[in-house]
Amino acid sequence: MYQFDYHRPTSLDEAAQILSQDDEASLLAGGQTLLPTMKQRLAAPSQLVDLSGIAELKGVREDSGQIIVGAMTPHDTVANDKTVQAKIPGLAHLAGEIGDPQVRNRGTIGGSLANNDPASDYPGAVLGLGATVRTNKREIPADDFFLGLFETALDEGELIKEVAFPVPKKSAYAKFHNPASRYAIVGAFVASTEQGVRVAITGAGPCVFRVPEMEQALNSNWSADAIKDIKVAADDFNTDLHASADYRAHLVTVMAKRAVQAAG
Amino acid sequence: MPTVTMTVNGQQVSRDVDPRTLLVDFIRNELHLTGTHVGCDTSQCGACVVHVDGTSQKACTMLAMQADGCEVATIEGLAKNGELHPMQAAFKEHHGLQCGFCTPGMVMSAVDLVQRNPDPDEHEVREWLEGNICRCTGYHNIVKAIQHAAKEMRG
Ligand SMILES: Cc1cc2nc3c(=O)[nH]c(=O)nc-3n(C[C@H](O)[C@H](O)[C@H](O)COP(=O)(O)OP(=O)(O)OC[C@H]3O[C@@H](n4cnc5c(N)ncnc54)[C@H](O)[C@@H]3O)c2cc1C
Ligand code: FES
Ligand code: FES
Repeated sequence: MYQFDYHRPTSLDEAAQILSQDDEASLLAGGQTLLPTMKQRLAAPSQLVDLSGIAELKGVREDSGQIIVGAMTPHDTVANDKTVQAKIPGLAHLAGEIGDPQVRNRGTIGGSLANNDPASDYPGAVLGLGATVRTNKREIPADDFFLGLFETALDEGELIKEVAFPVPKKSAYAKFHNPASRYAIVGAFVASTEQGVRVAITGAGPCVFRVPEMEQALNSNWSADAIKDIKVAADDFNTDLHASADYRAHLVTVMAKRAVQAAG
Repeated sequence: MPTVTMTVNGQQVSRDVDPRTLLVDFIRNELHLTGTHVGCDTSQCGACVVHVDGTSQKACTMLAMQADGCEVATIEGLAKNGELHPMQAAFKEHHGLQCGFCTPGMVMSAVDLVQRNPDPDEHEVREWLEGNICRCTGYHNIVKAIQHAAKEMRG
């Protein structure tokens, strides 16, 4: 690791101020992605701004019929939260399938979304449920948040405060995981919401995406059968030693069917 | 250099550290508690698992500064008055180790599991051990040891 200065501010304003004064400063959440990257010297921030001292960023609450998850809430808390389990079981299930118990004890939703790893799970739920990412500056709808490979709509110095999830009628997440890391080779999040069905796919391409053909089919017939013949093009899909682009395209249909079945 | 203060196995410790110091290096090199191991140093193997504020965490993927003000428990803190913790005793009794390199992390991870779930079934134990790698035992006796320890800990 290269040298850096460490800070643990106790307010959002203080954190934002340090960021605004130094382009090379980086936020530190659970550190489950950033610290390994720094050890490999692929990242070399001049300062680390640890968000763990800001109490308002942590925890799950219900507000105006939505479930609000603070940016610093660890995956384990979301997985075991009674309200999340009751209202959005697909979200609790997804959080409980991330990595391993120790990663879930430290890794956070804010860090996961800001990083936007193509194989990460949370983008599936955020896009699949049509959630809103609330930052220290604005509210960003999920449809506008995920821009590409490791790329989000967050500006320089902007930080995620919390994520607001609308409660769907039903939802589920089905993941074909990498057996070593548990990251998604393909993950499908399906939700039946007041505004219609949403289907979000993570792991397959450079960035999470929706599948409108499946959404339409499920709007008129909520069943795994309704989407069994809908195929997605493998054009820009990921190919690696775990799975080829074509196999990933095949898995999109399989996982989406399983998610619909699991949602019931 | 900034100062870090934490409670390790019930004792308060305070040291000046380079902010880059990993919690595992702090524990091993500064406190000389070498029961916590470094297997992979890349967040995969779980040899470095300790408890921070009551839950299991990988000490190689955490800065010592992040533990400032926290309660840390390592394998050395488990035995009380010269008596092994039931989890340690069960690993010994049921041959849950061979070379022993993964064992401190396994035991700390398993104690976290049993604190949450006093009666885990075999599947739950195996799922929980996702982040702990053992090259020797084939896991079978580790699972057995954890289930026996859980029974012991339920009383
Ligand atoms: C062994 C292992 C297995 C894993 N398996 C999976 C898996 O199966 N599925 C999965 O989805 N993930 C997996 N992960 C990743 C894990 O979920 C991480 O927790 C997550 O990617 C990053 O969250 P973090 O809190 O650790 O963030 P950090 O590593 O602290 O930060 C990541 C990035 O986000 C930025 N950031 C952090 N918080 C904010 C904020 N509030 N606002 C703006 N920017 C912010 C940081 O500056 C940094 O650039 C795994 C990780 C490991 C080590
Ligand atoms: S040394 Fe920490 S996980 Fe391997
Ligand atoms: S006993 Fe040797 S690695 Fe587990």
